[in-house]
Amino acid sequence: MEIQSNLFEMIGIEENETDVISRPRVGYLADAWRRFKLNKVAVVAMIILAILIFMVLFGQAISGYNFSDMDKTARNLAPNGSHWFGTDKLGRDTFARVWQGGRISLAIGVIGALVSTVVGCLYGGIAAYIGGVVDDVMMRIVEILISVPYLIVVILMSVILQSKSVGTLLLAMTITSWCGMARFIHAQMLQIKGQEYILAAQVLGERRWRIVTKHMIPNTLSVVIVSITFDIPGYIFSEAFLSFIGLGVQSPDTSWGALVSEAQSTFIFYPYQLLFPALMIALTMLSFTLMGDGLRDALDPKLRK
Amino acid sequence: MEKILEVKNLEVSFHTYAGEVRAVRGINFHIHKGETLAFVGESGSGKTVTAKSIMRLLKAPLAEIKESSSILYKGREVLQMNKTELQDYRGNDVSMIFQDPMTFLNPTMTCGDQIIESFILHQDINKREARQKALEMLNVVRIPDAEKRLDAYPHELSGGMRQRVMIAMALACSPSILVADEPTTALDVTIQAQIMALLNALKVKFDTAILLVTHDLGVVSNFADRIQIMYAGKVLEEGTAMEIFYKPQHPYTWALLKSVPKLSKHNKQELYALKGTPPDLILPLEHCPFAARCEYCMKICRTAMPDRTKITETQYVSCWLKHEKAPVIEPGYKREV
Amino acid sequence: MSETLIEVKNLSKHFKISRKLVLKAVDHVSFEIKRGETFGLVGESGCGKTTCGRTLINLYSATDGQVLYNGQDISHLPKGKVLDYKQRIQMIFQDPYSSLNPRMTISEIIAQGLNIHFKMSKREQEEKVNALMADVGLTASFGNRFAHELSGGQRQRVGIARALAVEPEFIVCDEPISALDVSIQAQIINLLIKLQKERKLTYLFISHDLSMVKHISDRVGVMYLGHMVEIATSLNLFDEPLHPYTQMLLSAIPEAEPDPAKRRKSVKIEGEVPSPITPPPGCKFSSRCVYVKDQCKLEVPTLKEIRPDHFVACHFPRVCEEVSSC
Repeated sequence: MEIQSNLFEMIGIEENETDVISRPRVGYLADAWRRFKLNKVAVVAMIILAILIFMVLFGQAISGYNFSDMDKTARNLAPNGSHWFGTDKLGRDTFARVWQGGRISLAIGVIGALVSTVVGCLYGGIAAYIGGVVDDVMMRIVEILISVPYLIVVILMSVILQSKSVGTLLLAMTITSWCGMARFIHAQMLQIKGQEYILAAQVLGERRWRIVTKHMIPNTLSVVIVSITFDIPGYIFSEAFLSFIGLGVQSPDTSWGALVSEAQSTFIFYPYQLLFPALMIALTMLSFTLMGDGLRDALDPKLRK
Repeated sequence: MEKILEVKNLEVSFHTYAGEVRAVRGINFHIHKGETLAFVGESGSGKTVTAKSIMRLLKAPLAEIKESSSILYKGREVLQMNKTELQDYRGNDVSMIFQDPMTFLNPTMTCGDQIIESFILHQDINKREARQKALEMLNVVRIPDAEKRLDAYPHELSGGMRQRVMIAMALACSPSILVADEPTTALDVTIQAQIMALLNALKVKFDTAILLVTHDLGVVSNFADRIQIMYAGKVLEEGTAMEIFYKPQHPYTWALLKSVPKLSKHNKQELYALKGTPPDLILPLEHCPFAARCEYCMKICRTAMPDRTKITETQYVSCWLKHEKAPVIEPGYKREV
Repeated sequence: MSETLIEVKNLSKHFKISRKLVLKAVDHVSFEIKRGETFGLVGESGCGKTTCGRTLINLYSATDGQVLYNGQDISHLPKGKVLDYKQRIQMIFQDPYSSLNPRMTISEIIAQGLNIHFKMSKREQEEKVNALMADVGLTASFGNRFAHELSGGQRQRVGIARALAVEPEFIVCDEPISALDVSIQAQIINLLIKLQKERKLTYLFISHDLSMVKHISDRVGVMYLGHMVEIATSLNLFDEPLHPYTQMLLSAIPEAEPDPAKRRKSVKIEGEVPSPITPPPGCKFSSRCVYVKDQCKLEVPTLKEIRPDHFVACHFPRVCEEVSSC
């Protein structure tokens, strides 16, 4: 093949051409969302959660029954056209009760996780930032608190406060559970503290609290979000467990754990009374865990490429 | 000389969200028995990926070696090997040492146990014989107090010692090729000198060919027989060490040689520096990858890929300047005496 | 003689490892840096050069000794002067990946110092950031990118722009090029030299790469196990190193010369750096020195001026034929 001579004219380097980024600009959240979408299981889990949350909010209204209304003529009904999930021994609509219970369960899960995250972050963050002896003392306290069995704490709390309200339950559950988060954040903060951009900010003369708010907290945010999604199912399960053994939510108020607890005595005859709340607990926990997995992968800066 | 490894048209791609990253874009080379071939290039030039493909260490489906590629070890196709053949091939025929020994050594096993294991895996001997042999290997790589070090865990050793242990493991079954991927980059200069001298001595002792992957021209000049200059997944120039350092032909080779700071040079002068950064490997390759940074770039360099031109029996270069119609220019690099 | 900008007197930094063990990362080191010069600090990993650099700018508080900046002790600054001092001293870091906050855009990173030290409007700030980016060879289009989108060399330029933003007079360059490719290293070195000329900067250049240190430095200090073993002008040090360790270091640099006949002869390299927690008594280099004598194992040599501007801490300094011929 003949090549034309004029193609051999020398042109040298064109300025500014070599230092252009050819890849499109991808923002942090857009990129995380893109990678989250790649994980099909996590997306399905998120959709299931969305449906669950919708039903928890509006399910009772859809059913047309109030969760506490008793109908003596319709006790222990199997699922049918008017009572979709059947009724319990007092003739209350299980469908309405499941969603009402879900409100309490999910609320406890979310509030519990948030409270322990906020407290844990503050405590762990402060300890890590100050460092030295203060850090040592603060973390030893956490270790002592962690070693107290939480069932004892819950029982003591309900005895001391003489109440079994949802508030007491939350207080009892969160009073020691922030310790795990505190330790986690502590480790994260220490790792970030060693990064050179923190040193750079110090050299620039940045004030301490600005270093915390501008550099340290934003960089722990993603792991915090992930650990919240893992914490929520833990609280839901704890609540279910406590309600099941009678320490949790009291009638007429209800939760998934309380529903299961009520249903288990008549489980042989009316299995569906147990089935629905148990199914919801399982579904919620599984969905949160799977979604957390997806979020962790999506938000991990190390996996960005 | 006998060619023990021949790589033809090797193409490797990584599949990422942004698209296909073509890390190695069709390279050919061979290794003779007992020689040292060096791959020189900057990060992203595809040198490590090439080394890993020879070992079949790239993980599918993220990485893909293209169908048309071929890696022949003594006439056998490495890319077609099954699991048992591969296990035999890695270790007995070809083995590899890495930049960071800690990623390679198992932190929960003593160094001795790891060497013994590789003996038992590849040779039909019992544990006592293997231990004896492991001790010999540690002596061969000149580890002082070998008996003691046999029972040490990797984290108890210094960086240089770990590198020696890794070399001992790699050479345990006297492979015919040792792939050394940046073996001294993480080490201090004095330790680097020791390790390179050791590798060189062992090469002679075991008659092992070495595939040395590095970015350090100093190291290369001292230890390589032949050199391949890589850039953006392509081999731009290849030749013997003497040819590359004394009569380099490619503008990129000139640039590399010029940017080596000399101890004798007067200080605070401006160093020769290549402009810009290497191309993003996600872009399709239609022309010379170096064109955008090349002082001698011609119009044709931006439209078509140059052919591999033979300079001598051993030296080849891929550059349009070698075309008969190209303007004749002074070589961009002259060796100072 | 130009004026002294920084004077380091008997500086020590010890880290407590456990109740009994102390790591003497920097042990009684003294040297001075003159205004407008580049002082190179070389040594192998673990020799204390990074700790020395960080103690110098008060990132670590010194265990002993003083650092005088313009004659003022930096660890005892009056409260109002601390910020002023921080503006004058900046640092460039080694790892271009961890030295930039991954959650901030490039212009936010560069503007950090502006927010702290200068009061300026958004507009002025934007102009200043763009000017800084141009100075370090980045186009304005990088401003709204994040660090992970940049190559190593580009990130290092951002790090330099961040330091320059507060208009310092002294910059500690802590291994600024060791994580970069050869062709990019030269770009960064050229940039540093250019900026020094334009802005009359003083550098402390810390590196393990002797050839680069030689290239950029006016005077060089060699450290070994927390001690300063030799200080000399760059030319003297590389032409006629007097300390056996410096000779060994120089000899270990592989020369880019494929012909063995033309290569300079090399000094024998003995052993490895001992643990800094349990260093040998006497001269710290005695365990690896080929010329070691009894006195070396007992007495710690002090830094003495053997020739004008050439200080060596060795009982028996000598010229080494092999190395000086290069």
